[in-house]
Amino acid sequence: MQVQLKVNGKAASLDVPPNTLLVTAIREHLRLTGTHVGCDTAQCGACTVLINGKAVKSCNTLALQHPGAEITTIEGIAAADGTMHPMQAAFKDCHGLQCGYCTPGMVMSAIDLCTRHPGASETEIREQLEGNMCRCTGYQNIVKAVQQGGAAMASSQGQASTATASA
Amino acid sequence: MGASDLSRLPHIGESLRRKEDYRFLTGSGQYTDDIQLANMRYAVFVRSPHAHAAIRSVDVSRAEGMPGVVKVFTGKDVEGKMGGLPCGWLITSTDGTPMKEPPHPILAQGKVRYVGDHVAMVVADTVQNAKDAAEAVEVDYDVLPAVVDVREAQKGPGLHEAAPDNHCYKWAIGDKAQVDAAFARAAHVTTLDLTNNRLVPNAIEPRAAIGSFDRSKDEYTLYVANQNPHVERLLMTAFVLGLPEHKVRVIAPDVGGGFGSKIYLYAEDVALTWAAKQLNCAIKWTCERSEAFLCDAHGRDHVSHAEMALDKDGKFLALRVHTDANLGAYLSTFSTAVPTILYATLLAGQYTTPLIHVEVDAWFTNTAPVDAYRGAGRPEATYLLERLVTRCAWELGIPQDEIRKRNFITQFPYQTPVALQYDTGDYHACMDKAKSLAEVGGFEARKKASEAKGLKRGIGYSSYIEACGIAPSNIAGALGARAGLFECGEIRVHPTGSVTVFTGSHSHGQGHETTFAQVVAGRLGIPVENVDVVHGDTGRVPFGMGTYGSRSISVGGAAIMKALDKIEAKAKKIAAHLMEASDADIEFEGGEFKVKGTDKKIPFGQVALTAYVPHNYPLDKLEPGLNETAFYDPTNFTFPAGTYIAEVEVDPATGTVRLDRFTAVDDFGTIINPMIVEGQVHGGLAQGIGQALMENCVYDRESGQLLTGSFMDYAMPRCDDLPSFRIGNHVTPCTHNPLGTKGCGEAGAIGSPPAVINAVLDALKDLGVKDLDMPASAPRVWQAIQQAAH
Ligand code: FES
Ligand code: FES
Repeated sequence: MQVQLKVNGKAASLDVPPNTLLVTAIREHLRLTGTHVGCDTAQCGACTVLINGKAVKSCNTLALQHPGAEITTIEGIAAADGTMHPMQAAFKDCHGLQCGYCTPGMVMSAIDLCTRHPGASETEIREQLEGNMCRCTGYQNIVKAVQQGGAAMASSQGQASTATASA
Repeated sequence: MGASDLSRLPHIGESLRRKEDYRFLTGSGQYTDDIQLANMRYAVFVRSPHAHAAIRSVDVSRAEGMPGVVKVFTGKDVEGKMGGLPCGWLITSTDGTPMKEPPHPILAQGKVRYVGDHVAMVVADTVQNAKDAAEAVEVDYDVLPAVVDVREAQKGPGLHEAAPDNHCYKWAIGDKAQVDAAFARAAHVTTLDLTNNRLVPNAIEPRAAIGSFDRSKDEYTLYVANQNPHVERLLMTAFVLGLPEHKVRVIAPDVGGGFGSKIYLYAEDVALTWAAKQLNCAIKWTCERSEAFLCDAHGRDHVSHAEMALDKDGKFLALRVHTDANLGAYLSTFSTAVPTILYATLLAGQYTTPLIHVEVDAWFTNTAPVDAYRGAGRPEATYLLERLVTRCAWELGIPQDEIRKRNFITQFPYQTPVALQYDTGDYHACMDKAKSLAEVGGFEARKKASEAKGLKRGIGYSSYIEACGIAPSNIAGALGARAGLFECGEIRVHPTGSVTVFTGSHSHGQGHETTFAQVVAGRLGIPVENVDVVHGDTGRVPFGMGTYGSRSISVGGAAIMKALDKIEAKAKKIAAHLMEASDADIEFEGGEFKVKGTDKKIPFGQVALTAYVPHNYPLDKLEPGLNETAFYDPTNFTFPAGTYIAEVEVDPATGTVRLDRFTAVDDFGTIINPMIVEGQVHGGLAQGIGQALMENCVYDRESGQLLTGSFMDYAMPRCDDLPSFRIGNHVTPCTHNPLGTKGCGEAGAIGSPPAVINAVLDALKDLGVKDLDMPASAPRVWQAIQQAAH
């Protein structure tokens, strides 16, 4: 069946069987392999992407359920020149990743978290990242990264709005 | 260059940000399942739904007629065409007989022995079609009684003809008569029965593999999520498929965590590689999580009885241990080494206990094979010893820290009564630092505050030691290893002075691309950006034994240092020729070759260029090029050690345990990148604390079904289950490798479980609770409190 999506800003028209999971559409049909699969019970969060700006486990929803949706994957958040998104940069700076497998899902969840809840405390971050599992890091540096990345997002937004205002 | 010179080099001890992170953070990493080959098919395995059954028949006719199906392979197709999976470690029983080594077929032959055992492999054009066809494979089973518990294993039923009583081996170390005599004259004896719970490693990337075949060259390529590609190739070619190694290339690309579960040669890898030639195509298999729970090698699963003999002052006189180890249904690659060499030899711990006797019985059961999982053997040893030591302290009325201090080894090298010789350490320093970081002085006040809220607070200690840098080959060989355990490194200096390092170790999250580059850049005096590290490909790396047992930097890094020695020696000769000096007068420092006592110097880059543009070159004495390989086999293990302190709050009304603070002070020898090392400790702690408080792999005792078969039933530590840790270190460099490193990857998982359980028991002391097995989940703790009260 035919479904139209907008993935990382580009229109994508897919012809997929009706039972195709969104994660399968992204990985197999669009060949965007940054989104990972870590489980089959929607528990680990490795497959998290943004649908219309909200973090969603893409293994737990069908591609056909999202006609016309704006989907953002880990491949779609860095700047066009390759400069990392502030959250990506913070994960690197805080050593918030080891094997990197949970990382795309973590980063997407973290972006949503900081958009919804700027300035979240350590406890709040720990509670809200509870749907994403990491087996490597022990989470401490992920929490640091979310704090640092959230602060950078807030200040770059601040800059962006000042820039718009002065333009 | 010795360890002491090394710490003066640039980049050593710097928390450089990781070179590998850009690709992981932008989604451009390439894990096995991301790879798409031309002419690729997909495999799905038909797995046994029964723990123990005879296979009367397998009918594939309906499945083979289904859409997209290429072929269904069964046990009959592989019988006689390939060997079974080999076990890499031979244990000799105390009576001199070799361990029982029943066949471990690639696809079941006549019988299945655990839920998840491989019965057939379906190959189709899509995963979905393969899954549908797998459902249509008709297997007629004759269900047999099953045994899953190691204590029940000896009563049968027997799994294998080669081991009718399910007994694989009885092994022992130490002098039993002397130990018994010491117990007879001891002032006090403390005894403890404990279980080390079975765990599932659960790397977040499930295993995956692609077998492919190139008919024009008669060559196979296997892409596989694996920790040691050369070992995988060696085992597969030499022991199973009977192929020459040069016809098989194994590539382990980016790997999403291993923790031991990706060390082993698995049946799936062999079946895919073999079938790729039969069908002349590439075949991909990606494990699903629920499937991984069934068929990945599990960890731990020991039941032990331990006794410590002490004098009246709390000095340890002798230790006596008996352990029953569950090996699962078949022998996995390293499984037999875990409860013996990797466990019993660590039972001296950090203490001067002069006499130790350990006896191990290993058993087959109808469960997934058990093999090395993060720490392997050492967590089991540490858990037993550190729980026992704390119990000794309580029985004698000595504080937990004090009894440890009274028995710490202080003279090095130290020969333990269980084969190992520790080279360096400072156990008092680690303990003191841990106590100060943990602010134990304030514990009583915090306890009062907890009590005011109706909560119980406890503190627990654990002083662990581990043997890392797994090698040396001659010792490993004497202990039963069927392979060498050295490491290989190659340094390729390019004409413009940049460098590619090829290492036989493998990174699946440990950050080798950065750490190894730091070592090489520091040594050659060039920017870290000019060094690339290649690993995980038998087609590019000369040889290697892979990554496990915290061996990468201490063995793999040491091989790189040896190759650098050769590079430096050759480069000096070239420099001497260029500056018309004698070789002996050349010094190399800060990336420059200098003639001693003069101001003549040339940079490393110029020497590199000369090696490849040999216009002015001593061609009569030296070959062009600057490319050296070295193999390194150490003389001893390395011995990281440390003290961990846990503090918990328990709610006696619900049994809920909250880990309030956790302090870890380790001695890892030289630290190359503190940020990466700290990250490794965090990860290890999460796994160890997970074992102590929540993780538990459970099989139904009657049916042998796996009850904890997904993330819905097997509790994994999540972000809000853990506190931020207090981490410190105290360095005593290893004396016998050129970097002075000891290894850091497993410590957290080894040291933390006993610290946490000792803390929980300390909290529950007043309620009369004396014992508790892991995991200390709320229902278990609550039950223990209720039982103690009645
Ligand atoms: S793969 Fe989607 S939650 Fe695990
Ligand atoms: S970095 Fe490996 S699972 Fe999170």
